[in-house]
Amino acid sequence: MKIQRKTKVSSDIPTASMPDIIFMLLIFFMVTTVLREYSGLPVELPRAKRIEKLKSKRHTSHIWVSKEGLISIQDKLHTVENVRHVMYDIRAADPLLTVSLKADKSAKMGLISNIHNELRKADALKLNYSTKTAVE
Amino acid sequence: MKKKRRFKRGEIPTASMADIAFLLLIFFLVTTTIDMDKGLGIILPAEGEEIEIKKDNILNCLINSSGNVLLGGEPIKTKDISKEIRRKIAENDKLIISVKAHEKTKYSDYIAVIDQLKMANAKRISIAEID
Repeated sequence: MKIQRKTKVSSDIPTASMPDIIFMLLIFFMVTTVLREYSGLPVELPRAKRIEKLKSKRHTSHIWVSKEGLISIQDKLHTVENVRHVMYDIRAADPLLTVSLKADKSAKMGLISNIHNELRKADALKLNYSTKTAVE
Repeated sequence: MKKKRRFKRGEIPTASMADIAFLLLIFFLVTTTIDMDKGLGIILPAEGEEIEIKKDNILNCLINSSGNVLLGGEPIKTKDISKEIRRKIAENDKLIISVKAHEKTKYSDYIAVIDQLKMANAKRISIAEID
C-alpha cells in the first residue's frame, strides 16, 4: 500500500504581505530623496579623474561661478566681497558644512582665489571642486 | 428576486493594493535624480594660520595664463606631473607642493594640476594666494 502525504506543499508565494513590503520601500525612497533646492547658474564643469563623492547632500552648500564671473549662492547673485557674509551665516547654521564650488571651466583663477580667501574668512574650510568624471 | 451584493458590507478590495503601491514606487524611483555631487576635495587653511616651512620641503608649482606648468623651475607637461611628484615624494615625504596660478589662468587648467597631484597621492597641497 502506498503511503499518502498528509499535507500538500503549497507552491505559491504568499502575497498578502506584498503591499506592506512595497509601501515600506516606497516610504524609504520618499524619506531618503532630497529634492534639488537651487538651480544655480549654467556652468560647464571641468573634468577630473581622481574624484571623490561628497558624503552628505544635507551638509553641502553650493557656490556657482559662471564663466562671466557671476557668483550665485542659493539662487542669489553676490559680489565677491559679499561671499564671506553669506557663507558665514550658512557655516554658522551647519558646522559640518562642505562647500561645493561649481565653477565653469573657463572661469579665471583670480576670481577663484578671491573666493578661497572669502571662504577662509567665513571659516568654511572644507571645499570641494565640483567636476565631471573624465574618461581614462 | 433580490440581486445579490458582490461584496460583503464594509470591506475594501485589497487585491489591487500591491499594484497601486508598485505604481507609486516606480513613480518615485523615476522622478528622483541621484546625481551625487563629486569632485576634488580640499581643505583650506584657517585664516591667519601661517607656518614657516623649510625651503627644501617646498616644491613650487606655477601655472601661467595659457596653462603651461613650471614644476620646481622646470617646465613640464600636465600629464607628467603625477609621475614627477610621486618620485619627489618618495625622496622627501615632508614635501609640500605649493600651487600658484596666474590671475588669468583658466580654472580647468588648475583643476587638471590638482587632479594630477591627487593622482600622485600628494596629501600636502598648498594653494598660494594670487597677488
